[in-house]
Amino acid sequence: MANTDKNSYTIIFAIVMVLVVGALLAFTASSLKPTITENERFEKQQNILYAMGINENVEGSVNFIPTAEVEAEFSKYIKQQLVIQNGEVKQDSAAYLIDLKGELSKDMSERKLPLFVGEKEGKDYYIIPLYGKGLWDAIWGFVALDADYVVQGVFFDHKGETPGLGANIKERYFMDDFTGEEIMNGTQYEGITVAKGNNDPLNDRKDDGKVDAIAGATITGNGVTAMINSTVKLYIPYLKDIKL
Amino acid sequence: MALLSKKDRGLIMDPLADNNPITIQVLGICSALAITAQLKASIVMAVSVLFVLSVGNVVISLMRNIIPSKIRIIVQLVVVAALVIIVDQVLKAFAYELSKTLSVFVGLIITNCIIMGRFEAFALGNGPYRSFLDGIGNAAGYGAILIIVGFSRELLGSGTLLGFKVLGDPIEKTGLYAIGYENNGFMLLSPMALIVVGIIIWVQRSRNKTLIEEN
Repeated sequence: MANTDKNSYTIIFAIVMVLVVGALLAFTASSLKPTITENERFEKQQNILYAMGINENVEGSVNFIPTAEVEAEFSKYIKQQLVIQNGEVKQDSAAYLIDLKGELSKDMSERKLPLFVGEKEGKDYYIIPLYGKGLWDAIWGFVALDADYVVQGVFFDHKGETPGLGANIKERYFMDDFTGEEIMNGTQYEGITVAKGNNDPLNDRKDDGKVDAIAGATITGNGVTAMINSTVKLYIPYLKDIKL
Repeated sequence: MALLSKKDRGLIMDPLADNNPITIQVLGICSALAITAQLKASIVMAVSVLFVLSVGNVVISLMRNIIPSKIRIIVQLVVVAALVIIVDQVLKAFAYELSKTLSVFVGLIITNCIIMGRFEAFALGNGPYRSFLDGIGNAAGYGAILIIVGFSRELLGSGTLLGFKVLGDPIEKTGLYAIGYENNGFMLLSPMALIVVGIIIWVQRSRNKTLIEEN
C-alpha cells in the first residue's frame, strides 16, 4: 500500500476523485436531461390546466390530469397562446415554454410575457403565469381570470418553502380560497392580499380582495401577495383588447 | 440459525435504543427541528437518510484504505453530495412527483451530521458489510425519533396525521373541536421540536439510568 500521508498522493487522489465524480455527475445529468425536460414541460401544462379547473381533484387533495393525457388535453382546452412584447400581442404556440423568471428580469422592451386563453364548457379564461419570491426561494403559479377579472382558479408552487408552513401554499385549502376574489375594485387595480386577521377564515366575503393567510407563514404569504399584484398588473392593460 | 451474528445485530439494534444518534449522541438535531412539522416530511426524510447513509457507508468503507487522511472529510462530503445529486436526478427523470417532495431535503441530507459522523466514526475503520448494517441501524434510529416528533407535532399542531383530519374539523367545529379543543399552533414552530426531543431524552434516561452521565 502506498503511503497515503504523502502530499503528492493526497494531491493526485484529490484530482482523480474530482475527475471521476465530475464525469459521473456530468454523465448522469446529460443522459437524463431529455427525460427531465419532458417531465417539466408536462408539469407546466398540468399546472396551467389546473388553474382553469381541469384537474382530477378529490376532496382535499391536489390531483393533476394524468401525464399521458396532458398534451392532448392542453391543445383541446387552450385556445390561444399569446406573447405580449413591446405593447403588441402576438400568437406563439410555444408561449408556455417561456421562462417567466428570465423575462421579468429583462428590460421592458425585450420582455416577452406569455398569456393563455382557455375555454371550458363554453366559458373563457385568461390564464396568467406568476413568479415571485417566498421566504427561502422562488414561488410561482398561474391564475385564471374570467372576462370580469374575477379569479376562477389558481395554482401555486414553490421551490423550498418550509414544510407544514409556507409549503402549504400549494394545498387545496389555501388555493381554493382565491376562487371568486376580484382583481379589480371598480376600475381600479387592486390585486389580492393574503391577509392576517381579516376575521374571515372561511373566506365568505369575496369582494374584499383578501384571502386568509397561513399561520406561521407570513413571509411566504406576503410573497404570494406581491407575486400576484406585481405580475397580474403587467397584463391588465392588454386583457381588454384580447378577444375571449 | 440466526440471520445475523450477535455483534452484527447490535450494529442495527443499538442505535435504535441505547445509542440513538439523536437522543444519546445528539447528532442530526438540525434536520430533526426543520422538517418534523408534518409526519409525511419526517417519513420521507427518514427513508432518504436510510438510503444515503447505508450506501454512503459502504462506499466510504470500500475506499477506506486509499483515502488520504488529510482530506478525508472533503472526500466524505464529495461522496454524500454526489450520491444525493445522482438520486435527485434519477428521481426527477423517473419519479417526477416524488422528486418534487424530496427536493427540500437534498440540502439537508448533505449537511446531516449523522452521515458525516458515521462515515468518520465507523465506515473508515470497518468493512463494507458491517458498515452497511451500521448505516441501516443509525438511519433507523434517526428515523424513529423523527417520526415520533413528526407524529406528535402534526397531531397536536394541526390536528391531522399525514394530512387526514383525525381530530375533526377545526373550522366547522366537529369531532374533538366540538367540545372546545384547540390546535396548539406553537407545536408547528421549530422550538417545540426541541422540547419534544427533550422529553424523549428525559423518558429514555429515566428508564435506563446507565445513560445518565456522572459529573
